[in-house]
Amino acid sequence: MSLDMYQEQVLDHYKRPRNFGELPGATATAHDVNPLCGDEVTMHLKVEDGRVADVRFQGRGCTISTAAASMLTAWVKGKTVEEALAVDRGHMERMLGIPVGASRVKCLMLGPHVLRLALGKGEAGRLEG
Amino acid sequence: MEQAGVLRGFEQVREDFPILKRQVHGKPLTYLDSAATSQKPRQVIDAVSDYFSRYNANVHRAIYALGEEATREYEGAREKIADFLHARSASEVVFTRGTTESINLVAYGWGVKGAVQKGDEIVGTVMEHHSNHVPWHFVKDLKGAVLKYVDIADDGTLRMEQYDELITGRTRLVTVTQCSNVLGTINDVKEVAKKAHAVGALCLVDAAQSVPHFPVDVQDLGCDFLAFSGHKMLGPTGIGVLWGRQELLEKMEPLLGGGEMIREVHLGTSSWNDVPAKFEGGTPNMAGVVGLGAAVDYLTRLGMDNVRRHERDLTKYALEALAAVKGVRVFGTPDVDRRGGVLSFEIEGVHPHDVASILDVEGICVRSGHHCAQPLMERLKVPATSRASFYVYNTPEDVDRLMAGIRKVQQVFA
Repeated sequence: MSLDMYQEQVLDHYKRPRNFGELPGATATAHDVNPLCGDEVTMHLKVEDGRVADVRFQGRGCTISTAAASMLTAWVKGKTVEEALAVDRGHMERMLGIPVGASRVKCLMLGPHVLRLALGKGEAGRLEG
Repeated sequence: MEQAGVLRGFEQVREDFPILKRQVHGKPLTYLDSAATSQKPRQVIDAVSDYFSRYNANVHRAIYALGEEATREYEGAREKIADFLHARSASEVVFTRGTTESINLVAYGWGVKGAVQKGDEIVGTVMEHHSNHVPWHFVKDLKGAVLKYVDIADDGTLRMEQYDELITGRTRLVTVTQCSNVLGTINDVKEVAKKAHAVGALCLVDAAQSVPHFPVDVQDLGCDFLAFSGHKMLGPTGIGVLWGRQELLEKMEPLLGGGEMIREVHLGTSSWNDVPAKFEGGTPNMAGVVGLGAAVDYLTRLGMDNVRRHERDLTKYALEALAAVKGVRVFGTPDVDRRGGVLSFEIEGVHPHDVASILDVEGICVRSGHHCAQPLMERLKVPATSRASFYVYNTPEDVDRLMAGIRKVQQVFA
């Protein structure tokens, strides 16, 4: 554990989250919370021909959950549904460029969890980590 | 700002806590999470170790020297705790796993299996810990009890005048925390007990954050039940106490059947042992009880008035330091005579998780989250707070390190 977690790129996504807001014409929307801290994320998707054509998210949370959701939306745009569903902890840590300690895994995985919900997988209220 | 001093007799306290010598992330450990669980002095660690090394045997029924020693220590601890609380007798002290189990025991034995009728009212407050909410939800769901809640004022103190509206002829129980684990507010439970008794209702006090931190005299408070945990008062985990008035405990049904709680068992029927054994089914947590006894000895030596003064001084010092920092909001009353050493705060623009993570890098342990008080978080309109809490081993230097940590948090997010 070090202050690496708060490197510039992560803080930048926290302070200026990408793809933030509503998505007119969304084909799927999902929402969930991290019961540990009340953080919440909503994902809006436009899925076309088995690909994530567009994505926006909303919510409130800590640096890790907000930056992770923001980076995830930037990455997932244009990916196939299969690729989107394959996102795991290692993938997210590489995306953020930092390992995340056990006490913050739920923060990291809130965005991917809600993305899976929007894609019809996973179970609301069952956040891994 | 004037540097707060360390109360006489407390200079050596840190030496008794082995864990305070360790480092975290290469920094000295600054432990500010005693409201969650306290650290343990070697006197308590040794007492538990001694129990297993020298006289471990099942209490009460062993007809040999070892068992007699174990029973003497076990019941001796009960006597110490009774004295500590000013209970009328040791038989009013029931050992449980902790505050949660103690309150559940009353909710079950007095509420669910007892005389609560549909429409009977239980009055709580919005500042309770989940452990003093959920057991009453059971009584509501199973018996049709009606639950009512006293609100807080903006300064985090209870709106005492609401008791006069909420307590009615249907009120059977008034349950209240003596000290909030989020706001630090010390409630006037003596007055609450009086209001409850005026209509013939009982008063239960959640003392998880009070018995460890200031003198508690159950006779003076006038309450009927009082619940607390050992691990928040220098003792081991998994041991706690329900204190109750003898005549009420005698009428109450047990929660666990088997072991020490029986008088006679036949095929298909059984009768109960006397209070408090009636409530201590199963082989008890003997080492935990002995450890809690050692913790009570330790606190008694320090003097609970001194413990209170020490924490009050630290709280005053910390409140003044926090008030001087722009962008930091402290929850609860600024009146240190009405609050314990629990400080919930938020740093503008920074999530409480991030506050805790950055402070952790500095070796500082604070808690971030809802503190098992989601109804209070809703009332305060925040998802979570950061919380620093003090105990006998904390010093003004710990507060200084917290303040430096907070400046660091603000720099990261500047």
